[in-house]
Amino acid sequence: MSPLLSVRDLHVTFGITRAGDMPWTKPRLLHAVNGVSFDLEPGETLGIVGESGCGKSTLARGLIRMVPATGQVMWRGEKDLLAISAAEMKRYRSEIQMVFQDPLASLNPRMTLGQIIAEPLKTHRPDLSAKDRAARVAAMMERVGLLPQMINRYPHEFSGGQCQRIGIARALVVEPKLLICDEPVSALDVSIQAQVVDLLMELQSEMGLAMIFIAHDLSVVKHISDNVMVLYLGRMMERAPKRELYAAPQHPYTQALLSAVPIADPEVERTKKIIPLTGDLPSPMAPPSGCVFRTRCPRAQAQCGQTVPEAGYGDHRTACLYPGAIRAEELA
Amino acid sequence: MALLDINNLSVTFDTDDGPVHAVSGLSLSVKRGETLGIVGESGSGKSQTAFAILGLLARNGRTSGSVTFDGQEILGAPTDALNRLRAEKIAMIFQDPMTSLNPYMRISDQMAEVLTLHKGLSKREAVAESVRMLDAVRIPSAKERVRLYPHEFSGGMRQRVMIAMSLLCQPDLLIADEPTTALDVTVQAQIMDLLRDLQQEFGMATILITHDLGVVAGFCERVLVMYGGQVMEEGPTVPLFAEPAHPYTRGLLAAVPRLDEEEVTMKAIPGAPPNMANPPKGCPFRPRCAYASEACATMPPLEPFAPGRARACHVEPGRVAA
Amino acid sequence: MSLISDDTAAAAVPQKGRSPWADARRRFFRNKAAMLGLAILVFVTAFALFGNVLAQWSNEELDFMVMGQVAELGGPTLSNGHYFGTDDLGRDLYARTVQGTQISLAVGIIGALIAVIVGTTYGATAGYVGGRVDTLMMRFVDIFMAVPYMFILILLLVMYGRSIGMLFVGVGMISWMDMSRIVRGQTLSLKGREFVEAARATGVPAPVIIARHIIPNLLGVIAVYATLLVPLMILTESFISFLGLGVQEPLTSLGALISEGADTLNYGTTWQLAFPLLFFILTLFGFFFVGDGLRDALDPKDR
Repeated sequence: MSPLLSVRDLHVTFGITRAGDMPWTKPRLLHAVNGVSFDLEPGETLGIVGESGCGKSTLARGLIRMVPATGQVMWRGEKDLLAISAAEMKRYRSEIQMVFQDPLASLNPRMTLGQIIAEPLKTHRPDLSAKDRAARVAAMMERVGLLPQMINRYPHEFSGGQCQRIGIARALVVEPKLLICDEPVSALDVSIQAQVVDLLMELQSEMGLAMIFIAHDLSVVKHISDNVMVLYLGRMMERAPKRELYAAPQHPYTQALLSAVPIADPEVERTKKIIPLTGDLPSPMAPPSGCVFRTRCPRAQAQCGQTVPEAGYGDHRTACLYPGAIRAEELA
Repeated sequence: MALLDINNLSVTFDTDDGPVHAVSGLSLSVKRGETLGIVGESGSGKSQTAFAILGLLARNGRTSGSVTFDGQEILGAPTDALNRLRAEKIAMIFQDPMTSLNPYMRISDQMAEVLTLHKGLSKREAVAESVRMLDAVRIPSAKERVRLYPHEFSGGMRQRVMIAMSLLCQPDLLIADEPTTALDVTVQAQIMDLLRDLQQEFGMATILITHDLGVVAGFCERVLVMYGGQVMEEGPTVPLFAEPAHPYTRGLLAAVPRLDEEEVTMKAIPGAPPNMANPPKGCPFRPRCAYASEACATMPPLEPFAPGRARACHVEPGRVAA
Repeated sequence: MSLISDDTAAAAVPQKGRSPWADARRRFFRNKAAMLGLAILVFVTAFALFGNVLAQWSNEELDFMVMGQVAELGGPTLSNGHYFGTDDLGRDLYARTVQGTQISLAVGIIGALIAVIVGTTYGATAGYVGGRVDTLMMRFVDIFMAVPYMFILILLLVMYGRSIGMLFVGVGMISWMDMSRIVRGQTLSLKGREFVEAARATGVPAPVIIARHIIPNLLGVIAVYATLLVPLMILTESFISFLGLGVQEPLTSLGALISEGADTLNYGTTWQLAFPLLFFILTLFGFFFVGDGLRDALDPKDR
């Protein structure tokens, strides 16, 4: 059986024009996503982590052509989503839905909850009668834990957690196969995050959804994902099954990232060893040659500036010439 | 004597929808050189507490109670007295450093201005001192970088500049309001490491306001947990994290996923944070609390129950811990 | 802001939502200056529409009793029915002020309306489509803005004769450009908002996105700007009339009346300037107050 989604060598490149540039000036290129490949099986959750500017949100938007992307995005082994016409793409949009970071900003302030959740149905199921549509909206509301009498209320009358439930209901009302969650809980309070994550996991197993879960919080990703992919400056650094990635990270960047996460336990937090990253994130307009991480890597060698490391194949893929756990003496 | 003493502080905002009680009857004290963490979710009143201390509340905010700094009452003090205090004794750093840096001034000018104004240094001395401070916050090649404008720094570097600026007058108290929330984890680790070192070096008392329990665990000696404008629990960090005695603290710690656990868990707290325009009667956590009873319709007082620890809950500590 | 709490679960009937419009309305009606402005506008409009009921003279009739002795006999009085006095030719100033207010309001409102319709469509299209189309459309506006429109308008009026129709065309022609720029800017920022992105991700077609997501969120800005545009249009018309190129006799406008009143000020007939000026100022104040109130109501900073 072919995977639900098979991404090969995905690139997203933006042309940046500066103010004052003449219309014929060649724009400078920003490679937001640079040759990322992965497979996603039905029902699988892939976590995508990385720091701001690593291209994780752009990657997700490239998959569904919200930003122009090149490469291959094979959907259920039948269609390359990047090669079909815009009209044909519309059909697939109901199968891939998205949940956004800012729960309130992702809802139109002038529409009621009922109208918001009904919109994807109106777009993709024009055949439904108003009554059927209302029934589906009501059923979806109940499923995400919204009370039926809230249907005529406006987004600003809800708390952040409730707004995110509305966003989830809107995404799932057309029964997609893949749900892309772009930082769905990072704007929420700690005590609410767990509610939304629980809801997502429940709905996922009920509906057999595959999920791409983008986050910068590595702990939440560890909780929800089957596989995790680490991005840095538009490139994939490491991808592995959750357990392996967290227990035995191979890429120096993954190790640095994991070591930096604060742990809510004073005894652990005060004694743990952090792998420090020196310097700033390089400009994505002028990324380092070879391995993009080498300028901040504690293990960088001359060779790292020459060759772009290949991630290889298999379950655990690491794009590093010298993978392996970093030893204490390397940090000195 | 405590450096900062807050007694029965209340902060109320007059809004179109009526008064909003952001902070009600908060008391706390900070000793010289101490690190205190104030933890809470949005709407807990943690930031408004800091703003009230510094007289920086929005115009529709009212305060009552008492805040003494170094034995001197500062709540409702005249503006110029507060200005001097803010410049020389109490420094504050914010989540977004850009809000407190003037984008049209060189870093050198902004930093030197503080010193010439409040320490009477000459311009040359002031710039030299600024460079020394930028060195102290580990900004590489500070001598050259001091001539730059704020936008020429990355987010993490900007926060370092902000910290350097806040420490110029060697304040007795530093209030850091979510200093790392806008930063990436690797940068956050650097900044918290820096703050820890500087705190030890300069010996200023520090109040760290954050929603991140992990950051508090690594930095603070003492923690105050706020919810709905009230203090829920207070105590030294280690026992508070090891044996939380308030249902809310317990719930919060269970809700935070821990990366060091083999199998990460996130236990949700049901319900939503209180709407502060229309808060529940009595204990604000009551509608979400598993232990809630009739008694909770009155707000329990914050009472000591173990050495250095206090909590505001009607349920006995033993039952919560179980 | 009130959030919904779960204890409302008892009532299973759908609750009525508090729409952003209702919120704005509440804030607007609480604004005293805006209410004063609204009262003034209601008064001025009523004066323009029904003022003639009270008039004892038509606006074209000459009162031969006062003709030639306007300075002595043409002053405002109730006895001969000239409430506002007469103009220099002995025509009833009350009736003429009613008529002038009608014209000025009409010019202002129709001018603003043209601006709203043309400017919104143009700006929203340019902003939403973006890219080269946007650049082309906005450069066109830039070029047009550089044209000295008052000069063109005066030329048009001279070439095609003075008529109300020409005046509307001229005023509307220049007013839409600022509007289109404002709308385009707003559309650009709305386009980047997550709820528009969410609609795009779902596959909602572009015209529907503009109609359902962009325009309703623009209405606030449009309403504010249109309200502030009306007095500007009235001012433009007055300026043209003041130059003697506005509406043609026997029609008149507040600007033309003010112009006449200013000319005869030396003869001691202050009322000929005072009454039209009073209504002119009232109208402008009314619109500015209401516009300010709308802005505060629709886009409060404390949210």
